[in-house]
Amino acid sequence: MSADAAVAIDHADAARRRLHARRKLVNVFALTLALAAMSFGIFWLVWILIETVRLGVGGLALSLFTEMTPPPQAETGGLANAIFGSLVMVTLATLLGTPIGILAGIFLAEYGQKSWLGSVTRFINDILLSAPSIVIGLFIYYAVVARVGSFSGWAGVLALALIVIPVVIRTTENMLSLIPHALREAAYALGTPKWRVVMTVTLKAARAGVITGVLLAFARIAGETAPLLFTALSNQFWTSDLTQPMASLPVTIFKFAMSPYENWQKLAWAGVFLITIGVLLLNILARTFFRNRA
Amino acid sequence: MKDRPPPTRRASPWADVVFSALAHGAAWLTLALLAGILISLVIGAAPAIKAYGLSFLWTSEWDPVQNRYGGLVMIYGTLMTSFIALLIAVPVSFGIALFLTELSPLWLKRPLGTAIELLAAVPSIVYGMWGLLVFSPILSTYVQQPLQSIFSGVPFLGQLFSGPPVGIGLLSAGIILAIMVIPFIASVMRDVFEVTPPMLKESAYALGSTTWEVVWKVVLPYTKTGVVGGIMLGLGRAIGETMAVTFVIGNFNQLNSLSLFEAANSITSALANEFGEAAPGLHQASLIYLGLVLFLITFIVLSISKVLLQQLKKREGLIA
Repeated sequence: MSADAAVAIDHADAARRRLHARRKLVNVFALTLALAAMSFGIFWLVWILIETVRLGVGGLALSLFTEMTPPPQAETGGLANAIFGSLVMVTLATLLGTPIGILAGIFLAEYGQKSWLGSVTRFINDILLSAPSIVIGLFIYYAVVARVGSFSGWAGVLALALIVIPVVIRTTENMLSLIPHALREAAYALGTPKWRVVMTVTLKAARAGVITGVLLAFARIAGETAPLLFTALSNQFWTSDLTQPMASLPVTIFKFAMSPYENWQKLAWAGVFLITIGVLLLNILARTFFRNRA
Repeated sequence: MKDRPPPTRRASPWADVVFSALAHGAAWLTLALLAGILISLVIGAAPAIKAYGLSFLWTSEWDPVQNRYGGLVMIYGTLMTSFIALLIAVPVSFGIALFLTELSPLWLKRPLGTAIELLAAVPSIVYGMWGLLVFSPILSTYVQQPLQSIFSGVPFLGQLFSGPPVGIGLLSAGIILAIMVIPFIASVMRDVFEVTPPMLKESAYALGSTTWEVVWKVVLPYTKTGVVGGIMLGLGRAIGETMAVTFVIGNFNQLNSLSLFEAANSITSALANEFGEAAPGLHQASLIYLGLVLFLITFIVLSISKVLLQQLKKREGLIA
């Protein structure tokens, strides 16, 4: 009888040990795969950066910033008008889109969690989030360009702003809804009006995520080519007049990269280098600055 | 009761009203946006819709010279490349998020997380140029040609890998899309993993769970809404991505083989390449019809993921 019990305990013990070994094995296997996934991600970043630097550095010169985009097979030329156009349009679009996005995000998280307007807006926003940027271009082409009768920088700004809005809404709402309710209730209990609770408590607590969202949006539109193709078009010359077609770095790169002309291709790689390094540096700077402030 | 004076600082009665109105207005604006996009696409596509109806969707002929249009080639290209992209990107992103939240030493967390987010900051046109001039030749030499020599006689697989050895086509577009959407999915997954209450994870660890079990059975269920949101973000980007695909898909409007390496076309790259030069009329309308189809595809994809999300929530309710 006691021998039987001992055997039973031994069996149970062995089974437990087997289970333990299996769980450990699964764990090690999964964690190894996670490590592999991490390396996979880093690998592409490093590779793309190396190639961009290797192929882009050759075209770097001061003339890139002082001279206009050249005709094919010209000796000189730069990207000054494209760089300027991109800076203007991306900045204006971010300034236009961010407040709207944050406000709508606040609505979803603080006002309309359960209301029909909230659910519909959340649903629609998820669709706009996935709305292909080129469709936004088509929309602005129809709504603005076709009506006004000409391509313009403003049309480009509008198209880019429409891409900023949903990204900012989604991240703002996500981050706000992660804020514990106790925080809100504590603020309300002190007699704080709702707008102050939102602006100084919940939004402040969520600001890291919100700023990440704006950054993501900025990074996204800085490299967006598709929505500018039929809105801002491009321009061979310098213009600060937003009612005129406006050159942008991505559209110029697209045009030059697909061309058979050697001087254009060289400028395209230089442009790719500029845009990559510019966007990456800006990201790093913003993060560092923000981290030091927070 | 009345021995304490009321607080002297009073909030303006208008501030709350104005703030609420602004927030409501922003929400309405979002709705108006979608309506605007849909209406203008339908109006723009009307001539093509009248001419072809739904048969546009399964007609593969695209001939601007004879003015006959069908969208099957582009629709297939868009769906196939996005499918390949998610197949690669979702597990990799999950692995990255797991690594960053549970495995990484503290001093590596920040630089690695930033590196992945920087991958998202790289503009799509950079992926496009890099894909065309750097990646495709390598894919051709080290993947396509060996596969072709192994499977050349095999009925189905042989066809899958056939095509001229230039590395351009559905597979390279799918891979590049995957690289592009990984940071989006991974950084959202990481962000939501990190808001899992430490107490919850520590409880699971205290019961003897392995790291994997904590992630799979505690963190993931707790954060699934955010995880699916992240995947949606990635899928949206993959389906709508234009430039990277335009560079590497080959822009070839015929569908005459199953091959992953045959030049193909997607809706977005057809729009990018042809819309600027399309004459007003049937050609332009057909392109806008394609844009409308693209928009509707994203609509359907999102609705499905929404339904899945709600089912998950329902099941959660039953267990609790």
